[in-house]
Amino acid sequence: MKSGSNLEKVLGAGHFAFTGELGPPRGANAEEVRKKAAFLKGNVDSVNITDNQTAMVRMSSWACCIILIQEGIEPNYQMVCRDRNRLAMQSDILGAYAHGIRNILCLSGDHCKFGDHPQAKGVFDIDSIQLIATVKKMRDEGKFLSGADLDGVPKMFIGAAANPFADPFEWRVHRLAKKVAAGVDFIQTQCIYNMNKFREFIKQANDMGLTEKAYILAGVTPMKGVGMAKYMKNKVPGMDVPDEIISRLQGVDKKKQSDEGIKMAVEQIEEFKEMKGVAGVHLMAIEWEHRVPEIAEMAKVLPRPKVD
Amino acid sequence: MIVAKRKPIEEIKEMLKGYKKVLNVGCGTCVSVCLVGGEKEVNILNAELEIARKMEDNPIEMGAISVERQCDREFLAALDDKVGEYEAVMSMACGVGIQFLAERFPDKPVLPAVNTAGLSVNQGIGWYEERCRSCGDCVLGWTAGICPVTMCAKGLYNGPCGGTNKGSCEINPDQPCAWFMIYERLSRQGRLDLIMRVHPANDWQNIGPRTLVQPGYSKPDNAGQKK
Repeated sequence: MKSGSNLEKVLGAGHFAFTGELGPPRGANAEEVRKKAAFLKGNVDSVNITDNQTAMVRMSSWACCIILIQEGIEPNYQMVCRDRNRLAMQSDILGAYAHGIRNILCLSGDHCKFGDHPQAKGVFDIDSIQLIATVKKMRDEGKFLSGADLDGVPKMFIGAAANPFADPFEWRVHRLAKKVAAGVDFIQTQCIYNMNKFREFIKQANDMGLTEKAYILAGVTPMKGVGMAKYMKNKVPGMDVPDEIISRLQGVDKKKQSDEGIKMAVEQIEEFKEMKGVAGVHLMAIEWEHRVPEIAEMAKVLPRPKVD
Repeated sequence: MIVAKRKPIEEIKEMLKGYKKVLNVGCGTCVSVCLVGGEKEVNILNAELEIARKMEDNPIEMGAISVERQCDREFLAALDDKVGEYEAVMSMACGVGIQFLAERFPDKPVLPAVNTAGLSVNQGIGWYEERCRSCGDCVLGWTAGICPVTMCAKGLYNGPCGGTNKGSCEINPDQPCAWFMIYERLSRQGRLDLIMRVHPANDWQNIGPRTLVQPGYSKPDNAGQKK
């Protein structure tokens, strides 16, 4: 065991992992975190806590992670390279570990331009791949990035994201390979809508032996309706939403579109369960935490395994 | 070359509001080539300021002079006899020239008329694009001659990130993704192996003021003392 986190245990025992996500509030409202977390408890193996996602200021990821631990839920601490230099990152990792956080997801972060402080200076002292290597060095060598010894080693289960769809497609599997080489233990992918392209990506990853070295969790975000699908297609960089997704949603009554979106997500999850090289699903139900229980139920991923 | 952009006239007027006689100093090198701070631009700005102040019933006398390079001591000497006649000096040079002027005339307020905007190429008349952030640790040898520090909005060393959008940067569809271009060019050259390996955290060189002494040269003994 590298970290002993629940997620690591579930994956290590060969179970199909099922992780969730929770966006912290735009304020100090801890109750809101607890309320959202309640829908996820028992339905997922670990909950990603986003880190100022879309470059909007929110309650800090590590603080929100601690609230989840208090609620008996395992968090996955997301950390972006946009807001901290290597000193702050390493110090936050130590503090997070001291408070019981055992999973970390290393990300570049959305550019400040998208957020509520577009004039902010993006830090990007190190990038996401260098962050993976930093956490690994801390964990496996007991050293800071600078080489100095740590007093107490943070045993983190190290994750990263992968976008199988952004350009150039041929490069995507190599970027995944770089993350694996840097020391990542698990990958959570960008939301998948183009299943053909994803099947091709995972085949490449299988052929290169990458899925033997890191667990790949397929990213799923249920569509709430046609509006969301069109927004994802046209406005979100690096997102690949095929036209048939939109036309399928358009084919049902407006009131039924969200149910159809969930049905599509469940179908995807069923396929991922059978797909070679896919070790689980990461469900990003954006501002839809309350629907996670029914999605988990429909996808037949309950009850979640308990591994000692 | 170093490029710059003229400050908004209102900002310049605000800086000059307490003065009635100011010397505007142009620079004949980079800022002259990029059409912002040469002899011609000094005269245009002076005329604008004099007219504006006259209309406000608060006239200002703007002196004009241009030197070959404000970043070179030998050219600044031409100003020594002139500056005394003015209450303040304004510079249309880049940030380097402005500071060197301020250093030479420490008793005079020296004010910037332009914002320095980077090290850029000349893409066309009046059109400049930044290419170098002078990071001090050039990586162009393995990035196909495309600078990720300058051209990638996140300055990534192991790009492209997941935001690459049909070859464009996520921050702007008109901005090509640096790492997409790096990939394409290295691929064409059969050199993709250069970016397959993980590039470790950068050893930033531009985190404090840098001094450069070329091999075979040395600083005079009294250099570096407080002015």
